[in-house]
Amino acid sequence: MLNISEIRKDFPIFSAYPELAYLDNGATSQKPECVIKAVNDYYKNANANPFRGLYGLSDLATEKYEEARRKVAGFINAGSADEVIFTRNATESLNLVAFSLGEMCVNEGDEIIVSVAEHHSNMLPWRLMAERKGAIVRYLEPEESGEFSPAKLKGMLNDKTKIVSLTAMSNIYGFKNDIKALAAVVHEAGAYLIADGAQSVPHSVTDVRDTDVDFLAFSGHKMLGPMGIGVLYGKEEILRKMPPYMSGGEMIENVSLEEITYAGLPHKFEAGTVNAGGAIGLGAAIDYIDSIGMEAMIEREEMLTKLAMDQIAKIDHVHVIGDKNYKNHNGIITFKIDNVHPHDVASILADSNVAVRAGHHCAEPLHAFMGIPSTTRASFMFYNTEEEVLKFTEAMSQIRSLMGYR
Amino acid sequence: MNNRTYYNEILTEHNMNPLHKYALDKPVKIKRGVNPSCGDDITLQVNVEDGVITDGAFVGDGCAISQASADMMLDLIIGRKVEEALELKDIFIRMIHGEASDEEIEKLEEASSLQDISHMPSRVKCAVLGWHTLEEIFAGNDKEK
Repeated sequence: MLNISEIRKDFPIFSAYPELAYLDNGATSQKPECVIKAVNDYYKNANANPFRGLYGLSDLATEKYEEARRKVAGFINAGSADEVIFTRNATESLNLVAFSLGEMCVNEGDEIIVSVAEHHSNMLPWRLMAERKGAIVRYLEPEESGEFSPAKLKGMLNDKTKIVSLTAMSNIYGFKNDIKALAAVVHEAGAYLIADGAQSVPHSVTDVRDTDVDFLAFSGHKMLGPMGIGVLYGKEEILRKMPPYMSGGEMIENVSLEEITYAGLPHKFEAGTVNAGGAIGLGAAIDYIDSIGMEAMIEREEMLTKLAMDQIAKIDHVHVIGDKNYKNHNGIITFKIDNVHPHDVASILADSNVAVRAGHHCAEPLHAFMGIPSTTRASFMFYNTEEEVLKFTEAMSQIRSLMGYR
Repeated sequence: MNNRTYYNEILTEHNMNPLHKYALDKPVKIKRGVNPSCGDDITLQVNVEDGVITDGAFVGDGCAISQASADMMLDLIIGRKVEEALELKDIFIRMIHGEASDEEIEKLEEASSLQDISHMPSRVKCAVLGWHTLEEIFAGNDKEK
């Protein structure tokens, strides 16, 4: 069992806002002191431009940056650190792979499959690429639980399908998809599978070799790391064949006025000065997660989700989106309250010092598909407490009467 | 962080039992106002005779603040001259940005109850939607869908 009151002391923001129940972890997580310190230490004691300088301090910066890459590779069980590309965030990772893989393998009339449930950042890059290439985007519909059915996906695949890109864990449903089963179906059809891991990587065990996913995109800031650092994992043999996304400094071997030879992996995809401080902060976040244990974090998030769903079941006029079983929510509870607009719900909760998100959560097509204009979402992290969950559900039970419904 | 002050009885009453939320028979002026990011959506309708707003109504969907604010606005402006209504609109928008005097705010009658929204930047656009639409309707941009 985790000692949560001790763990919360690791997060300076909880002492700065002792009254606030921060339940918007799906948007971004809070940062432990060790992450803040690691970023700070890098700039105080190790800062120089990685890869450039022929002097000790630059070598030190390079070493720290590459150490962070190895930590990420270990965390997702990648075969090699060369398969880990640092980006700004999951959005940039998805734009990178959509552009570059699209250049490599998509032609006019080809098909790309995404789901209706995707975050805009795993939908729009594919749509823009398809537009450029004259390709067609087809949409997989989720089940009511948020699950993607491998059988349904199989029915959509054909010899024109080149790419399938799906969320490993929806930011609305919280359902954890079976990426291994989906990858098997996609590979059988000769296509590539990309997984959006923005929610899944911080809230479940990730093993890219076991699932055999071709690419995985995620953000550091949703997993206790700093903002501005993200990751694209890609299989080495595919990354090698892909053209660069951005061009500039440190992504080449040689440049003459006639010719360019690109750098090897992963540098081919990291043009310009890198976010070394961010990467090192993410490395510290991974160390912190490992010190607590992902399994223990998941167990706690399940406990908090169960508590919330049991309490919500007692409140009339509140409807939770997705599966009935708390185990399929992974800390995410998206809901609607009859006749109360989600922005009013969020404002009233804010008044009770409960921070949640309201709106379409960057998944407007999914809301249209569900026939709801917008929703409210509470999202838990292992450091949340039972008291915070009860504060949330208690405030929620008052909302309809506060709005004048008797 | 306290905002319960504006989820008060005035607001909930205007939200649940709006006096002016219906479609006019043959309105002289119509204008739709939308907050795309949150889905607040109202269509304002007014009748004007000899420079006086003789009648007004709205239809739409959205959060309580957007709907109640539009209803309060119509309460205030029906029967007034257009210039007067636009002057009150200016006061309201300045109030929401924390720039109106107490004396001015008093002129807004029940709409003054939305004063505290100036402390909640994320809800300002909800409160001003109806009022901005009023501005548009008299700026020659009416009859648009």
